[in-house]
Amino acid sequence: MSDMRQLYQEVILDHNRKPRNFGSVLGANRHAEGHNPLCGDHIKLSMNVLEDKIETIAFEGEGCAICKASASMMTGAVKGRSVRDAETLVEEFRGMATGTLDPDSAANHLGKLKVFAGVKDLPSRVKCAILPWHTLHAALNPVLSPGADTSISTEGAADPVPGSLIGEE
Amino acid sequence: MKLETMNAEATGGRSSIERTDLDKIRADFPILGLQVSGKPLVYLDNAASSQMPQPVIDRIVRYQSQEHANIHRAVHYLSELATREYEEARVKVQHFVNAKESREIIFTRGTTEAINLVMHGYGRAFIGKGDEIILSALEHHANIVPWQMLAREKGAVLRVIPMDDAGELLIDEFEALFNAKTKFLALTHVSNALGTVNPVKAMVAFAHRHGVPVLLDGAQAAPHQAVDVQDLDCDFYAFSGHKMCGPTGIGALYGKAKLLEKMQPYQGGGDMILSVTFEKTIYNVIPSKFEAGTPPIMAAIALGAAIDYLNGIGLARIQAYEATLLDYATEQVSALSGVRIIGTARKKAAVLSFEIKGVHPHDVGTILNEDGIAIRTGHHCAQPVMQFYGVPATARASFAFYNTKAEIDKLVAGIRKVQGMFS
Repeated sequence: MSDMRQLYQEVILDHNRKPRNFGSVLGANRHAEGHNPLCGDHIKLSMNVLEDKIETIAFEGEGCAICKASASMMTGAVKGRSVRDAETLVEEFRGMATGTLDPDSAANHLGKLKVFAGVKDLPSRVKCAILPWHTLHAALNPVLSPGADTSISTEGAADPVPGSLIGEE
Repeated sequence: MKLETMNAEATGGRSSIERTDLDKIRADFPILGLQVSGKPLVYLDNAASSQMPQPVIDRIVRYQSQEHANIHRAVHYLSELATREYEEARVKVQHFVNAKESREIIFTRGTTEAINLVMHGYGRAFIGKGDEIILSALEHHANIVPWQMLAREKGAVLRVIPMDDAGELLIDEFEALFNAKTKFLALTHVSNALGTVNPVKAMVAFAHRHGVPVLLDGAQAAPHQAVDVQDLDCDFYAFSGHKMCGPTGIGALYGKAKLLEKMQPYQGGGDMILSVTFEKTIYNVIPSKFEAGTPPIMAAIALGAAIDYLNGIGLARIQAYEATLLDYATEQVSALSGVRIIGTARKKAAVLSFEIKGVHPHDVGTILNEDGIAIRTGHHCAQPVMQFYGVPATARASFAFYNTKAEIDKLVAGIRKVQGMFS
């Protein structure tokens, strides 16, 4: 199967058509926005974290199928998980998307998220898949941008250090 | 939706490129024989950068293997040879845009640097607080951001010529923008995002009636039609080598001698001086005044070779043939349901921006790439244009004289495939 077919599987196309947890969480205590200036992807993440657990999470915004499906599946994967578990998933997803983690050989918790493994062979699309995860990381670490809503951008690097680049709002 | 396709007619039935010529032309471009994703490359990203024919590649090899030395410096054989070739390239550029004198041609890194040179050299000297600079809604970021930087520095104001849904500038509104404070007009000749060809000659004439100098961004025009800066009467004309079969890192600025002479240098350094002491520097005459440091000699000579190559085919034939390609692509793509062509100006260069309903352009680009089809997806460095149409990005196919109708058929098949996957 080609990289492209491997990536554009039915599960990704389905999440693109019918994104889960789409919208915003009322009274959320964590927010972040992520931008991918290259293709105009824009993700707004809101969630409620209570006693170190992600109780509710939702996203809105615009993006390509890879970005939207990644955000949709991410919200499903981290809902009800601890902040620490979510951060582990962020790390593992980044590793898979950038090719430093082979999800079929190394131990991981990615499960269904492995459908995104093919993105590592499409360098220009790595950012699309990773954007929601960076945004999640930024939302979980508001200290990265004290006093303001956290905003990240993928401009300039395929895998920026979260929070090190502040997108323009 | 059937769009009016009149680009071919507009060229008045001038001789085009025939099938047999096309095979020969394509054979000149080694890269067109490439396989991508196991399929023959279909290169439809010419507005971003064009490909290089063998004669230009050969010229680069010859220069680097037999002619290279620094120019305007030494008395030895190679330096004199390289200097002569470099200055001959300037003359080729001069004739290419029909400038009056070769000293009106300044080699730059590209269109962007040419515009920045005018912003620094002319803008910073002659545009001040409260002055107004007119731009158009169609501009590439390269013809927005430098003027924004200048406006911020000087307290000047940017005024924007609006456009209609087709992507044509509103000429009445353009004329209404002029007043006593208007000091400069920076305008694209052809829109890179939409392909709109602006009526620049009439717009330059109008600006001149108000005493306003005009810079034309010719990056998307120079490769596709004959440019005559004396006929246009523009004060500055900027374009890039790599969009017209030359290498990257070289472009040119045409400027009227009397303006260039009163402008400030853009960068200081070697070659742009007549004499230097720690107290004072006397600047060199134009064009050297604007070419500080060792220029991209090889790239300039290669640009000259690219001009020879284009002239060998003929810009009029290139324009006529590309118009038939654009008309064909417009017909084929507009016949597809669920596809919107963005930019439907009456007069267009060979650019087809489109969106497929329900599919992000980046997904379109990735899936087309699987069939070896290279298009540009994104905002095309023209975010205000995207904002106007309410889209984050578009997919853009842009044609050159070496493209074929068969390649457009592949593009159309690729679009159908995308629609099938996302249905």
